[in-house]
Amino acid sequence: MLLIRCPYCEEDRPELEFRHAGEAHIARPERIAAISDEAFERYFFLRANPKGLIYERWRHLHGCARFFNAVRDTVSDRFVMTYKAGEPKPETLPEETGR
Amino acid sequence: MTAAFRIAGAGRLTPAHEARFTFDGRSYAGLAGDTLASALLANGVHLVGRSFKYHRPRGILSAGAEEPNALVEIARDGARRTPNVRATVQELYDGLCAVSQNRWPSLAFDVGAASDVAAPMFSAGFYYKTFMWPKAAWTRLYEPNIRQAAGLGRAPDQPDPDRYASRFAHCAVLVVGAGAAGLAAALAAAQTGQRVILCDEQAEPGGALRFESGVTIDGRPGWRWAQETAAALAAMDNVTVLPRTTAFGYYAQNMVCLAERLTEHLAAPDPEAPRERLWQVRAGRVILATGAIERHMVFADNDRPGIMLAAAARSYLNHFGVAVGRNVGVYAADDSAYAAALDLKRAGLGIAAIVDWRAAPEGAAVEAARAAGIEVLAGHAVTGTAGRLRVSAMTVAPRAGGAARSIAVDALLTSAGWTPAVHLFSQSRGRVGFDAASQRFLPQTYAQACASVGACKGTERLSDAVDEALAAGAAAARETGGRRRKAPRLDAETTETWSGGMLGVGDESAAAPRAKAFVDFQNDVTAKDIRLAVREGMRSIEHVKRFTTNGMATDQGKTSNMHGLAIAAETLDRPIPEVGLTTFRPPYTPVTFGTLVGHGRGRLFDPVRRTATHGWAEAQGAVFEDVGQWKRAWYFPRAGEDMQAAVARECRTVRRAAGIFDASTLGKIEVVGPDAARFMELMYTNPWQKLDPGRCRYGIMLREDGFIYDDGVIGRLAPDRFHVTTTTGGAARVLNHMEDYLQTEFPDLKVWLTSVSEQWAVIAVQGPNSRAIVEPLVDGIDLSDAAMPHMSVREGRVCGVPARLFRVSFTGERGFEINVPADYGLAVWEAVWAEGEKHGACAYGTETMHVLRAEKGFIIVGQDTDGTVTPDDAGLGWAIGKKKTDFVGIRGLARPDLVAAGRKQLVGLRTADPKTVLEEGAQIVETPDQPVPMRMIGHVTSSYWSANCDRSIALALVENGRARSGQTLHVPMPGGSIAVEVTGTVFLDDEGGRADG
Repeated sequence: MLLIRCPYCEEDRPELEFRHAGEAHIARPERIAAISDEAFERYFFLRANPKGLIYERWRHLHGCARFFNAVRDTVSDRFVMTYKAGEPKPETLPEETGR
Repeated sequence: MTAAFRIAGAGRLTPAHEARFTFDGRSYAGLAGDTLASALLANGVHLVGRSFKYHRPRGILSAGAEEPNALVEIARDGARRTPNVRATVQELYDGLCAVSQNRWPSLAFDVGAASDVAAPMFSAGFYYKTFMWPKAAWTRLYEPNIRQAAGLGRAPDQPDPDRYASRFAHCAVLVVGAGAAGLAAALAAAQTGQRVILCDEQAEPGGALRFESGVTIDGRPGWRWAQETAAALAAMDNVTVLPRTTAFGYYAQNMVCLAERLTEHLAAPDPEAPRERLWQVRAGRVILATGAIERHMVFADNDRPGIMLAAAARSYLNHFGVAVGRNVGVYAADDSAYAAALDLKRAGLGIAAIVDWRAAPEGAAVEAARAAGIEVLAGHAVTGTAGRLRVSAMTVAPRAGGAARSIAVDALLTSAGWTPAVHLFSQSRGRVGFDAASQRFLPQTYAQACASVGACKGTERLSDAVDEALAAGAAAARETGGRRRKAPRLDAETTETWSGGMLGVGDESAAAPRAKAFVDFQNDVTAKDIRLAVREGMRSIEHVKRFTTNGMATDQGKTSNMHGLAIAAETLDRPIPEVGLTTFRPPYTPVTFGTLVGHGRGRLFDPVRRTATHGWAEAQGAVFEDVGQWKRAWYFPRAGEDMQAAVARECRTVRRAAGIFDASTLGKIEVVGPDAARFMELMYTNPWQKLDPGRCRYGIMLREDGFIYDDGVIGRLAPDRFHVTTTTGGAARVLNHMEDYLQTEFPDLKVWLTSVSEQWAVIAVQGPNSRAIVEPLVDGIDLSDAAMPHMSVREGRVCGVPARLFRVSFTGERGFEINVPADYGLAVWEAVWAEGEKHGACAYGTETMHVLRAEKGFIIVGQDTDGTVTPDDAGLGWAIGKKKTDFVGIRGLARPDLVAAGRKQLVGLRTADPKTVLEEGAQIVETPDQPVPMRMIGHVTSSYWSANCDRSIALALVENGRARSGQTLHVPMPGGSIAVEVTGTVFLDDEGGRADG
C-alpha cells in the first residue's frame, strides 16, 4: 500500500484514502463545442501512458476530498511530488532524498 | 517410551514431555518441541507422501520452510482441515492428527504410481502437446479427467470457522530473521531507543544456530545466546519480537506484510482467539537477515525417502535428538555436508562414505572427516540409488570414468551448497547480481531503504555476518533518528568454515534417457525435462519455468530454481546471468486466505444500508432486494400472494387509489451558491437559468463523450439553491463527477456541493388519491393544482416536521414526494400510512415502481442505458437546451458516430401473444429463420407483466428503432422465436394528463 502526501492536508496518508483520477494537465478546451474531431480525440481519448514519470490526478476522497496532482514513477510507484490542483506542471523535480 | 531413532543425550528437547500424534491413523509418540517431521523421523518414518505427477514415494527433504515433499493434511475437526501443511514447520501438539496426501489406497501401495512407469509419456509440456485433438474431446474427456487427477491435497469443504486478526504497525527498524545476524542487528537498533520489530518464521529464534554445533557468541554457545538475546529484546519496551511470523511480502515504501501464526501449535486453542494475524508494517528501515537455503544434489533417483539435505539431518540430530539413519551416506559438493557427517559420527551413527563431487576437496572439514575415519571419495558422483519406500543403497562412480560400486545406506545426505534467500530483497525491487566466483545471486542495487546482512547477503564467516549486522542495525536506527550510541560489540566464533558448492546436474548420468534426477521435487521436474524445454525452443528462463513448471509449486522453487537455471544455461551454452533469474513474487511461503481477509467477511465484508422504514417494511412482511449496499423493499406480499400477484395488486392499487413508496435511497445533492445555476447549466444538458424557484425539472447528466451518465428530478428552492436527485446507484459517482469539474475545471464558480442523501427520508405518495392522503399532514403549503402544479417543490412542514415537498411523479400519476429529516422518516411514514389506509392506498416496493415507470416509458439509467446511449437514443432529445453553448458532453454529442444514422434507439415492444413476457437482455433480430450467428439489431432492456395494461410490456434498444414503429421483429429464445411489434415507449396514458390531474 502506497503512502501519498496530500498537498492540502500536508500529510502522508495511506492509499486507501485516495482515489486515482487519470492523467493531469489535460485542460478542457475553452470553447469545447467548436473544436474539431481531432482536437476532441486528443482531449478526451488519447493519454500518454508513459513508462517512467507520469503527471496524474488523485483525489483525497476519504480525507479533505480535494483533487490534486502528483508526479509518480510508473516503474517504481514512487511519488516524486504532489501539488495542488491548478498549479502549473513543475519544471524541475525535487532531487531524490535517501534511498 | 523413547522412539526408536531418538538418541539419548542428543538434542534440546525434554524426554519427559511426551506428545502423542497420529499419522495415517497410526499412533506415535513425539516430544514437546518436535515438528511433525522430527517426530516422524524419531519413529523411523521417512515415507510421508507421494509426489504430485508420478506418485513416487517421498520422504522429508529439509527441516524448514523450503520443504517440497513432506506435505500432509492436518485436521482438527471437519471444518478445520488444512491441506499441504509442511511437516517440517508444523509444530507437534498432543493429539495432532496428520494424513498423507496424493495416494490411493495407501501410502505404501498407491495405484497412481502407475504414472511413474508411464513416465516417458509425461515429459515437459505433456499437457500442451497431447490434449489438442480432437477438439470435442477436451470438454468431454480430457478436462474432466485431468481435473480429477490434478491438484494436491483436499480443499476443506466447510466454511472456515476460525477468526483472523489484522494489525497495522509502524516502526523505525524492522528486522526479518532472528538468526545470529538478525538478532545482532535488532540488538544494535534497539539500544538506541528506536522502535524495533523482529520477526522470525520459526517458533524459536536462532536460525542456523539450531544445527550449527561449534558456535560461540558473546562467550555463550550460539543457541543459548540466541534464546537469551531474544528474551532480552522482548523485555524492552521499544521492541516487539514476533516468533512464528513469516515476512511474506515486501511492498512499496517499505511496507512489509507479516503472517503471524498464533494457534497452529496449540493442542486446544481458545476458539475465541485468532488463528493468525496479518501485520502490515511500515518501517523506516528494513534489515533483511533471511539466511540461506541449502540445495540438494541432482542425480538419478535422488528423491527416495531417506535422501535429505545435510543441514536438515544436523537439525534433526542437534536440536531434536533424532537420527535420520544408522548407516548414512553423504553426497556433497561443499564442506557443510562434512560437518553433518562429523556430527552424526560423533553421535555414534555410521557414515558409509562421503562422496565429494569436487575433484580435490581440501581444508579443515575434509581433514577432520578423514581423521574421524570416514571414507572420502573425492571426484566421485552418486549415479543412482536403490530402495522402494526408503533408500537402501547408493551407486557411486568416479566422475572421470571407471567402475561403479554400490554402497548400502539407510539415509543419504546431500548438499550442493547454499542459495542466499534474496526473495524479499528482490520483492523490494532491488536488483541481484550474479557472483561468478561463488555461483550465487547476491543483493546488488537497493531500491528501498533496506539492508541485507549475513548469509542472505552472501557473507560466509559468522563473525563478519555479526559485525555487519551490528553496523547495519546501528545505522538504521541512526538514520531514522535514534539516539547515538556506540554500536555494541559481539565476539562470534565458530569452528566451521564453509566453501564450495555447485549448480546443475552432478554428472551426465543424471540426464540419461531413463534417469529421473529431480530438480523440483514438488512438481516432479527432472534435469531431462529442463534440457528438453531448451531443445524445444524455450530460451528465456521464464519460458523454461512455465513449460516445465520448475519452481511453480507451493515451495516456489526454493531448492530448485538455481539448479534449473544452471541446467538451462548449460544447455543453451550461455552464462547464467544472461539466461536470467525468474521473478520472486510474494508470498514467500503460502499464506491462508483467512489471514489476508482478516475481519472483512460475513457482515463485515460490505456495509448494509437500511432506510428509516426498514423495520416497518419488515413487520409488514416485505421481501427485500439488494440495490448496491441498500436493502430496499421489493414487494409487500399479502397472505397467499406470490410475487406476481403482489406486484399486480400493488400496480393496480397505485393507479386506482394510491401507493406509498420509500424512495429514500435516491442520491441527493444540494448545489448552493451565487453561481449554482451556472454550474447546473454546465453539469446538465437542460437549461436552468430560467427555472423559477419552486419549480422542478427532469435533468440529464452526460459524460464528456456525450453518453448519458445519470438523471434525476431537480428542484430549485431559491435562486442560489438546487435540490438535485440522482439514481440510487449513482449518488457517489455523480457527486465525484460534479466535484471534479468544480474543483479542477471551473474553480472560479462560487458553488458548494453537499451530499444530503442520508439526511432526507423520502416518502413517495403516488396515485389519484395522493393529494387527499398528504393534505391533512401538511402545514403552510397550498396543494391545489393551481398553487402547486406537477413538477414543483415547496418548503413547509409535514406532521410538524420541516419538509421539502415535491410534486413529482415517477408513475405517471399525480404524486408527491415528502422529504423529511431521516430521523423523522419512520414517524412521518406511519402518519402517511394511516392516512393512506383511509383512501385505499397500499405500500409498494421497487418491483412495482419499475413496472409503473415502464408503463409510462420512463427510463432507468443503467438498465435502459448502458454507457453508450445518448439522450436522443433514449428519446430524450427534448431535454437538451438547444441554445446552450456549453455543458459537459456538448462536444461529445457532435461526434460522427453519435450523429450517424442507424443508432440504436429506445422503443417499446409488444409481444404478439400478450401473455408472453420477454426476458430482459434477450437479443432482437429481423427474421427468425436466418442462419446462426444471426444479425442482432438490439436487445430487450426492461420487460414486465403489466396488470394495468393486462398484457406484457417491454422496452428495447433497437437499431433505427423509432423508424421501425409497427414492424414485427423477433426475439429468438431456446424454446423458439417470439414475434414482437415495435411501438412507442409509452404504454398507458399517452397524453400524460394523469400526473397533472
